[in-house]
Amino acid sequence: MSVLVVVEHDRGQMADASLEAFAFAAGIAEQLGVTVDALLIGADAASLADTCAAHGAATVHYVEDAALADYGPDAYGSTVAAAVGALSPSALVASGSDRGNEVLAYAAAELDLPFVANCLEVKTADDWEMTRVQWGGSLNEDARLTSSMPILSSAPHSIAPGDSTVGAVATVNTLDVALPESATATMIQDRIVLSEGVTLATAPVVIGGGRGVGSAEGFDVLEALAAKLGGVVGCSRAVTNNGWRPHSDQVGQTGTRIAPQLYIACGISGAIQHWVGAKAAKKILAINTDPAANMVVKADYAIIGDLFEVLPAITDAT
Amino acid sequence: MRVLVCVKRVPAPGAKINITEDGQSVDATNLGHTMSPHEECALELAVQLVETHGGESHVLTLGTSEADEQCRWAASIGINKATLVDVDSMDWDPQRTARALTDSIRSIEEAAGAFDVIIFGNESADTGGFQVGIRVSRALGRPMVNAIKGVEIAGDVLEARRETDNGFEVYKLPMPCAIGVKEGITWPRYPTMRGRLASKKLAVDSVSSDAAPGGQMKVRLNRPEEKVSETVVLGEGPEAAAKAVDLLKELGLWPEGASS
Repeated sequence: MSVLVVVEHDRGQMADASLEAFAFAAGIAEQLGVTVDALLIGADAASLADTCAAHGAATVHYVEDAALADYGPDAYGSTVAAAVGALSPSALVASGSDRGNEVLAYAAAELDLPFVANCLEVKTADDWEMTRVQWGGSLNEDARLTSSMPILSSAPHSIAPGDSTVGAVATVNTLDVALPESATATMIQDRIVLSEGVTLATAPVVIGGGRGVGSAEGFDVLEALAAKLGGVVGCSRAVTNNGWRPHSDQVGQTGTRIAPQLYIACGISGAIQHWVGAKAAKKILAINTDPAANMVVKADYAIIGDLFEVLPAITDAT
Repeated sequence: MRVLVCVKRVPAPGAKINITEDGQSVDATNLGHTMSPHEECALELAVQLVETHGGESHVLTLGTSEADEQCRWAASIGINKATLVDVDSMDWDPQRTARALTDSIRSIEEAAGAFDVIIFGNESADTGGFQVGIRVSRALGRPMVNAIKGVEIAGDVLEARRETDNGFEVYKLPMPCAIGVKEGITWPRYPTMRGRLASKKLAVDSVSSDAAPGGQMKVRLNRPEEKVSETVVLGEGPEAAAKAVDLLKELGLWPEGASS
C-alpha cells in the first residue's frame, strides 16, 4: 500500500508544486505507515524518476504512451484512474495547482469517488478529517471524508518541500494503460509564448500597484524599480477593473497566487481578494500613505508615504 | 448556438469575512449576494457567443430559492433562459451538486435541444472545490478544460486558451464541449435599464432534485490564524528609501554593482 503522488511536470520539466505534493503525501503516508509512490505520466517524464526518488518516492510508476506526449486533462485523469485500478493505493494526492486539481477532478469523476481540493492538514482515521481552504484562503473548513480511497490536493504554497536525498536512484515500474480515444480530445494543441524570463509566479521580487497608483502611466515608477531589481510588476483587482493593467498582471484570488522573496505592495489597500493571492510572499513591504490600510497592518514592513516619492528614491539609490 | 452557464450564489464579502456562531456558514447578515467573478465573466461570454453566432443562452444554478436573484441578474445582462435547482441548503457537496446539475442539464436538453457549449467558473468563490464542472462534463461525455482565459469558435471546434506563466496553452475542443473560465476572459457588462425590466419578467424554471450525497462533509468553518507580529515601519516618505535598500540587500535582492 502507498500514498500515490501524481507528479506535475511540463514536457519533462518538474513543477515546483510537485515537491509540495511529495511533502504533503509524506505526512499522510507516515500516519498510515505506508510508503510514498510516484505516478509519472508522459513521454518526456522518464528523466524525472530519480528526482521523485530524491523526494521520497519508494517506487516510481511510469506510464508512457504516444498519446501522452503533452498534457491533456482528460487523458491524464483517465491514466490516473487506470493506475489507481492497477495499484490500489491507500490515497491519491497532487498539488492544488490548475493542473493538479483538474487531473484529480477528472480521476475522481471517473472513479466516482469524492475529491477534497486544497487541503492544509489531514488526519487519517476510519473517516478522514481534513482542514482545507475556502474563499481562496480567507477561511478554513474542517471537513470529514468518507471514501474507499481518499483523493486530496494540497493547498498551493501551504507546505514547504521536504529535503531531497542526494544521489537517490528510483525503482521504476512501467505501467501499461489503455487510453480511450475520447480522452485525447483535450490535449494541448499549441502554445503561445508571450514572455521569456521571470514571471509573476516565479519572480524573486514583485512590485504590486493598487488603486493608489491612479493611472496606467502611474505604473512607470513601479516598472523602473522592477527593472532595477529584476522583478515583475503585479496589480490589484481595482487596477484591472479600471483597465490600467491587463488581467494577467492581477495578483489575488481570481488572479495569480504569488510567492516571491519580497512583495512590495504600493498604494494597495489590502482587500481580502488581493491579500489571499499575496500572503504566500516570504516578506511583504507596504508603501502607502494610510498607516491604517489593511495591507500596512498585515505587512512585515511598511513605509508611510507617497509611492511616487518613495519608489524613485529606492530606484535611484546606489 | 446553444450556450449554458452554471453559476453559484455566494455572499459578497466585504473587507472581512465573518462566520456565524455555529461555524456553519459565512455571516451574511449585512452582506448582499453575488457570484464568483469567474462566473460573471462566464455569463458575459455566453451573451457574446449568442450575439456573434445566434442562438440562445441559458443560466443554471443550484441553491435555495433566493438564488432566483442570480438568475435574474444573468437575465439583466442578456441571458435568455434560467433554471434553478431549488434545494433546501447551500451546502450540497460537490458530487451531489454535480449529479443534480447533470440531471437538470439532461432534462433541459431533452426538451429544448443539446447545448453546444457549457461554461462553468474555474472554481466557486466560496467552497472552491475545483471539480463540479469536470464531474458534470464527464457524466455528459463531453470534453472539458478548466482555467480558460480566451475562446474562439471555428466551425465545430472551440479553441480555448489557458494562461500559463509565460503565455497560453491552446486546446481545440470538438463541440459539444465544456470549459471552466477565469476572470479576465471577458469584461462583464452592466445591466441596462431595459435588461433590468426584462429580468423582472423572466420565468425562472424551478426544479427539484433527489441526487444522492457524496462523501465530503463540512464540519465547520474557522478563521485562519493571522500574523501576530507588528509591522516594522521603516520610516516616512522618500527618506525611508535607504532602509528599503538595506532590506533588499539583507534579502539578497539588491542588484550587484548597484551597492555603494
